[in-house]
Amino acid sequence: MEIVRRPQLKSTAIDRGVPTLPLYRSAPSLEVRLEDFELYAIDRLRVLTGISDGLSRGKRPEEMEKLVAELWKANMRHPQASEVMNKDIISHFVLRLVYCRTEDLRKWFLSMETALFRYRFRLQTAEAQRAVLAEFQLPYKAVTTSEFEVIKDKLTLVARSINQTLPTADAIFYKVPFQEVPELVAGRRVFLSDGYAYVAMNQVVSLVATQFRSLLSKALTLTNRKWMSTIREQEKDRLTPIVEALSTSYVGPDYSVGREFGEVSLKDIDNVAKSSFPLCMRHLFDKLREDHHLKHWGRMQLGLFLKGVGLKLDDALAFWKAEFSQKVGAERFDKEYAYSIRHNYGKEGKRVDYTPYSCQKIISLTPSVGDHHGCPYRHFSEENIRAALCKMGVNSGGVEDVMDKVRHKHYQLACTLTFEAIHGCPNDAGINHPNQYFSDSQKILKSKVKCLRISFLLTSVIDLEFPPISTVHSLHP
Amino acid sequence: MVIEEAVNGKDDMLIDGQMADQVLPSGFNLNFLNLYYAKLFPYGDIFKWMSYGNDGKHPACDKSYFGRRELSFTLENDIYLRFLSFNSVSELEKGIREKCPFKIDIGPVYSVDPSKRHAYAQSGENVFKPVERELIFDIDITDYDDVRYCCSGADVCLDCWPLMTAAIKVINTALRDDFGFRHILWVYSGRRGVHCWVCDGKARRLTNEQRAAIADYFRVYKGSENSKKKVSLTGHALHPFLVRSYTEVLKDLFEQTLLSSQQIFSTEDRCEKVLEMIPDESVAAELRGRWQKRSSGSKDDINAVRWEHLKHTLQSGRHKGQGLRRCVEEIVFSFSYPRLDMEVSKHMNHLLKAPFCVHPKTGRVCVPIDPVHCHEFDPTTVPTLSQLLQELNSGGMGQEGDNDWDRTSLGESVRFFRSSFLEPLLKACKEEMESAYNSKLQQSKNSLSW
Repeated sequence: MEIVRRPQLKSTAIDRGVPTLPLYRSAPSLEVRLEDFELYAIDRLRVLTGISDGLSRGKRPEEMEKLVAELWKANMRHPQASEVMNKDIISHFVLRLVYCRTEDLRKWFLSMETALFRYRFRLQTAEAQRAVLAEFQLPYKAVTTSEFEVIKDKLTLVARSINQTLPTADAIFYKVPFQEVPELVAGRRVFLSDGYAYVAMNQVVSLVATQFRSLLSKALTLTNRKWMSTIREQEKDRLTPIVEALSTSYVGPDYSVGREFGEVSLKDIDNVAKSSFPLCMRHLFDKLREDHHLKHWGRMQLGLFLKGVGLKLDDALAFWKAEFSQKVGAERFDKEYAYSIRHNYGKEGKRVDYTPYSCQKIISLTPSVGDHHGCPYRHFSEENIRAALCKMGVNSGGVEDVMDKVRHKHYQLACTLTFEAIHGCPNDAGINHPNQYFSDSQKILKSKVKCLRISFLLTSVIDLEFPPISTVHSLHP
Repeated sequence: MVIEEAVNGKDDMLIDGQMADQVLPSGFNLNFLNLYYAKLFPYGDIFKWMSYGNDGKHPACDKSYFGRRELSFTLENDIYLRFLSFNSVSELEKGIREKCPFKIDIGPVYSVDPSKRHAYAQSGENVFKPVERELIFDIDITDYDDVRYCCSGADVCLDCWPLMTAAIKVINTALRDDFGFRHILWVYSGRRGVHCWVCDGKARRLTNEQRAAIADYFRVYKGSENSKKKVSLTGHALHPFLVRSYTEVLKDLFEQTLLSSQQIFSTEDRCEKVLEMIPDESVAAELRGRWQKRSSGSKDDINAVRWEHLKHTLQSGRHKGQGLRRCVEEIVFSFSYPRLDMEVSKHMNHLLKAPFCVHPKTGRVCVPIDPVHCHEFDPTTVPTLSQLLQELNSGGMGQEGDNDWDRTSLGESVRFFRSSFLEPLLKACKEEMESAYNSKLQQSKNSLSW
């Protein structure tokens, strides 16, 4: 894979015939047919988008493990056993090239590859896991028996608090700086003392995932530099078009401008809010009308959504002012709040035209006292969801279906069911974005098309038109 | 009235000692602030702190360090100046005295001088980014509004301040014992809360993800406006950090202080609020029934009596079930566990008000709080701007001090800042610098010998 860097194949695992987890430290020296270059990448992309979808549905770790195993089996096989490892490595490096090019792409790729690595690691045998651990050459030592005895009570408490089996005397714990295992710290899943986290053997995956992530993050920055400085130009007739096509297929619509329906004017806004806003936005909208105020994240979530819906800046200012001035006065609105609205529209500060929040982002938010933002299906209590659904006009049978999805943490499916109950019409693609909910709803209401399928990530990947492929290229001149 | 005129009319009125015995208005105004910045603000200490030893003569010192720190000023009329930077203590003093900011905020140390960020932006790659920042916490009493009945909004009194004291104790102990941090500064925010600055080298270099992890470690409170149960403790046991917080701080705070000071069970509404946190409706109904009967004229505090009822009923063992076992703790946590402003702690580029600023609404100075004796801290007796100037005018206290602040009640705060925070911090910085330098030397020696 000369495209990426001059390689040095360190195929120890392959030689030994032990299928293990590659760390993708360096690109292999292999000849790759241009055809495979694309096809492998698309196969891996199917796995990554599948993971992204699973995460945004709030799947639990065990469910994710199963999902990853299935996705991997379905997409990453190869008729020749010897090629399986190569396919894994090649596809990774191709996508690394595809996703190195902007901050957002890098972020997405980094998260999905790390998740993939994490669940593949969990699926390995204990022996293979130790081999991977050894390959990282981490300087951490296992806790000694005497040290273990001193902190045994605390370790037991932690294990009980996360409903895990209690540590026995022969259990292995690693003592590592807490900075190395942020997710275990965040979930209070480890005992902390004087800056060190005590990581149980079955939690080592967090440690390796962090290491993997940081290696990949650095590598992506380097790849980006190379891409910008040389590869893009050198490969402008061969790889560049493929690379560029592959990534745009992921991004999909970002709903930063209300394209499809032009604009929504102030006088219509109450009507469309009733008919076409998803519950999260409807709730914010109603609260704003009721309290004449929303806290910061509520303003962001609703404000950007309204921008995506097609509310023009002037109308947005008028809209927010009409509400806020009843609570804080027009003068304070102009002084303290107008700036952030112009900011959202890219008229202040960094002048970035901010994009509306996706479901995934909204689900991951953490509303606190006085907040109304977030995903109602995730953040409301059960009674509050029920009440809200009734207000939306969902019948009682529909409410139970929605609640069932909520209990299984399928928040976007719950939203999709709500959509279907209200519109009396299936939504096959599922809801991934509040603005998609809005545009799907408007389409139905304007009966332009019946239940149009929003181009979903994978389908658009497959439908891409690639340049004709015929020649076999050596990627290693 | 006379005083008002004097203050607004003549700048030098205060200095010439005419008003020594008169009471100044407790308010806040630009003339007072000018004097404060001229005579009292401890520039040298702030500069020494923010330099972290880089202002010394050691060859490993990074001379550009302080100059890459963002400061921002909020001026009169809410004019907001961001990305200011200063290269020396004299520049800092000059800048502050010239602009006389109502509020000074401290941001991160950037990769390049923040005031020149536009020049670097031309190069395309984003070289302007935060590289170091203290780990900070912001705790604001307004976030407790659903569990304090004495005040609301920005008001604070001695009945609700213990919530802040508990927050300091819980967070401070965990920062030291769990995370191993040593250089922690707590500061009164001037009105309704406290700020915390964790200044260890390893704290300043945390990534955003690691900061978020620490903030999440502290997060117990998960309620939004739309769910009744704000705290949910699942699992067969509590994490050691929560156990310690509960047994060492929160339980006593709730039972000895909040129960009676906040009158948690005094009315039907308030009782109902607690009962809503009990997941088993039959248990809640039993207690409700018991409390509805007129109390038999008992002299005991009704809050304590009802709390004992509740504890007894939930812990009697008659009611089994996962949900109920943790319920007593959940109620205590709901009413007393620290509520952090998470976003402030999670990101390197969040700004936080500098210590020793004066709060424009209260006139009180943002003085450091000693976490060891935080229960003695009284926000209503924190020196105000006018009080300090009056002390300055009357020339009392220790006459012979080198500094003006030594003659005022600010002296105690500055001395505390130095002895318990600044001096140990600078000693550690020096050691860290020395050892980093030596290992670097060692490395280059090794590579030379090849």
